Amino acid sequence: MRDAARLALVVAAKDIRAELRSRTALLSATVFAALVLVIFNFARDPTALSATDLAPSALWVTFAFAAMVAMNRAFTVERENGAFDGLLLAPIPRGALFAGKLLANLAFVGAVEAVALPLFVLFFNVDLSRVLGGIVGTAVLATIGFVAVGTVFGAMAVRTRFAELLLPVLLLPFMVPPLVGAVQVTSRLLADRPLSEMLGWLRILAAYDLVFVTLATLVFAFVVDE
Amino acid sequence: MPSFDGPILDAVGLQRSFGALRVLRGVDVRVGAGEALVVLGPNGAGKTTLLRLLAGLARPSAGEVRVLGRRLAPSAPDARRPVGFVSHQSMLYDDLTVRENVVLAARLYGTAAPAAAARRALEAVGLADRGDEQPRRLSRGLLQRASIARALAHEPRLLLLDEPFTGLDVPSAERLRALLGERLAAGLALVLATHHLEEAWPLASRVAVLAGGRWALEEPRAGDLAQFLLRYRALADA
Repeated sequence: MRDAARLALVVAAKDIRAELRSRTALLSATVFAALVLVIFNFARDPTALSATDLAPSALWVTFAFAAMVAMNRAFTVERENGAFDGLLLAPIPRGALFAGKLLANLAFVGAVEAVALPLFVLFFNVDLSRVLGGIVGTAVLATIGFVAVGTVFGAMAVRTRFAELLLPVLLLPFMVPPLVGAVQVTSRLLADRPLSEMLGWLRILAAYDLVFVTLATLVFAFVVDE
Repeated sequence: MPSFDGPILDAVGLQRSFGALRVLRGVDVRVGAGEALVVLGPNGAGKTTLLRLLAGLARPSAGEVRVLGRRLAPSAPDARRPVGFVSHQSMLYDDLTVRENVVLAARLYGTAAPAAAARRALEAVGLADRGDEQPRRLSRGLLQRASIARALAHEPRLLLLDEPFTGLDVPSAERLRALLGERLAAGLALVLATHHLEEAWPLASRVAVLAGGRWALEEPRAGDLAQFLLRYRALADA
């Protein structure tokens, strides 16, 4: 167990080191997130729709698509030079390999979200000071689930010729439940609604994480082995 | 190295199909310590597929592969530990340096001192002074040497090489032959697939020709290369 945890950290550290050197995934995802927020901001008619009404959807659409860009890039580096075969050759339990890739993807997506959130505040002029903890907690809950699914689909897509196209096609339907839940919780947080109104959605997010992290861990081995 | 009485590599009845295409139709491979099996065959004969099965990178449709007596299977990661593999692709990350790539390989295999193991592997292939470069900046030959260092970092007992001499200049090819010769003398088992038999002939204990998904010939190296090449061409023409 300790060895599996060590190997997962080795895999995650490798991904993070490579990304810090190239910054390709983080830069492209951050630029993408900024563009989406700018477009949402200027497309909105302030006389017809208030910023707080649009803010939850805009925030989560931005997070979702920026996460997809980051995860796509994370598996593209595995395709170059057949590097993923190098990981599969090594005596790593597939569960540890999945955990390592999941940790790295969570780090990438978390970093993109951390940069996108202040941009969101800037463009939408929303005061998050009272609800920042809640927004961050919701982001963590929602992100774990869809990144776990994205990690499995990324590993599946990496062996195909159309990986960049395949990942969004496979992942988007699975992103709907956590995104709906996250939007619902965020809109209630911004409207100062009591916690009791959000508990149902938070339970759904937690259940999604539990089910899909478990499923993804079990399925990963079948996806990566020829 | 811990001792093991049986053959280091023992593969029996290997078959592999891709849809309706049967690439391998029942191939046995047995290689002991200090032995080198050189595998020849025309393009598409299944050499690369065979090596991927022997490395545990792909599952056979039928048959099994045992390394040091342990069956290779996705659920038995430790069985892959004694195996090193050099494929057509370098398996190196372009955003890491060559040294970082080799250290990573040593870490993934649980080598006790990864940095020292990487240094030894890079010295063995003559890349000690190029370790801080990124793979994308290396020539084809240097990249091949880095890939070999990656495969040697954990001191494998079984080394599988797919066209290892591709891109190497004459001194580098000689250096690789000398290195493999040393490792064979120390008990390494080697399977080497190539189109350039003259490069691998001095290392070979046995030579095998893969054709039509089966061994068309498999025998101990005997006689000189020119005689063997005549027989090989007759087989290829048949």
